[in-house]
Amino acid sequence: MTEPDHISPGLARGFCAVIRRDIVLAWKRPGDVVNPLFFFAMVSSLFPLAIGPGADELALTGPGVVWVAALLAALLSLNSLFLSDFEDGSLDQLLLSPQPLPLLALGKALAHWLISGLPLVVVSPLVAISFQMPAQTINVMLITLTFGTLSLSLLGSIGAALTVGLHRGAALLSLLILPLAMPILIFGARTVALAAADDAVSAGIYFLAAYCMLALTFAPFATAAALRISNE
Amino acid sequence: MWKFIHKLASPPHFYRFSAKIIPWFAGVGSILVIYGTYAGLFLAPSDYQQGDAFRIIYVHVPAAYLSMMAYSIMAVSAAIGLIWRIKLSHAVAAAAAPLGAWFTFLALVTGSVWGKPMWGTWWEWGDPRLTSELLMLFLYIGYMALRAAIDDTVKADKASAVLALVGAVNVPIIHFSVEWWSSLHQGPTIIREGGPAMPVEMLYPLLAMILGFTFIFGALLLGRVRTEVLFRERRARWVRELVLTGAGPG
Repeated sequence: MTEPDHISPGLARGFCAVIRRDIVLAWKRPGDVVNPLFFFAMVSSLFPLAIGPGADELALTGPGVVWVAALLAALLSLNSLFLSDFEDGSLDQLLLSPQPLPLLALGKALAHWLISGLPLVVVSPLVAISFQMPAQTINVMLITLTFGTLSLSLLGSIGAALTVGLHRGAALLSLLILPLAMPILIFGARTVALAAADDAVSAGIYFLAAYCMLALTFAPFATAAALRISNE
Repeated sequence: MWKFIHKLASPPHFYRFSAKIIPWFAGVGSILVIYGTYAGLFLAPSDYQQGDAFRIIYVHVPAAYLSMMAYSIMAVSAAIGLIWRIKLSHAVAAAAAPLGAWFTFLALVTGSVWGKPMWGTWWEWGDPRLTSELLMLFLYIGYMALRAAIDDTVKADKASAVLALVGAVNVPIIHFSVEWWSSLHQGPTIIREGGPAMPVEMLYPLLAMILGFTFIFGALLLGRVRTEVLFRERRARWVRELVLTGAGPG
């Protein structure tokens, strides 16, 4: 069955429209994009100040610190994933649109990654250099962070959808998402640590990639179900 | 069989039926736990390696097993409630969460009490089972926090059901990722090829404790579901009749 174009836009157009809209919104309010990045940089710099400036300590803690900071920064930005849409009513329009909701939820999650995850991956080498990571370790960190932040955006969109209409949603979101995000943290941080010790890293990278594929496949459906429940 | 299950899904029928079976569960469970405690403490020989410290497994293993069991019950009933819209199964999921969290906590405490004389530390991050049990506790806490944050019962049921299912998909992944670390914990001893690596004087009390804990868990769960059902159906006529006459629905 084919529908004329002017009645409802195609799947691809709806999907792209969601992503484009979020990117334009972020472009108009650069603070929303930049603040989590500053948060990431500041949390990372807390650790050398707390633990000590020695090169050995930095080399030992670096991979873990970068990953914990990235996880917290992702959580910080996830809270607002559906919040402004919920407040101005455009979330209702998404729910009512003729496009399948999981597709739109996937669009929202990908837009979130483009706005918060990708910039974080881009600035992470700066933090890594301050922790005196060698270049080859930084490469592994970039790969794991790319898969990891994308998985976090997808996983976090489920939590954000579940908590969207609730008071004190931010703390609740962390409670819901952090235990689920542990595998990403474990594999991400351990793989970078293995790379720093010149060990084999492919297993960790494969795992993160597989987790990312799993999240890409299932998370949009869970997010869509959660959005319908939160807004009924 | 199907008719029985259909009838059981109706709250008044469940309320009557559970009143009959709770004493049986509690009774059988108590007998098994009393036997298991006595036999575990007095009849079972000391372990040649661990001395008497091994005896904590008679609480630790059943608690750890029930922490998983309760999560499965929670996730399966959440799925049933979400798919077939059976109100009673949401009540079961809501009632199972605090019990599961409690058994998880018990498993963690007994595990670390055992760890102190055996490993020399209360807590060992390198041990995958301790760590994944801790994450299990966090999952329960998240589930209960979400449920507590939503005032509307129907909405809380559905939202927490989605979370329970997402968690259920993640539990094996979490276990696997935690196992990836090197392990200090001893390998499985009950279920393995070539029979149990444990003399029967040690094994029977353990089996009795596992079974007894399960029965007591069943009795506690049913009791919690009963109060949950009463609260949820507080405006229904059968509850009013029950309260006014003091008798069950006819």
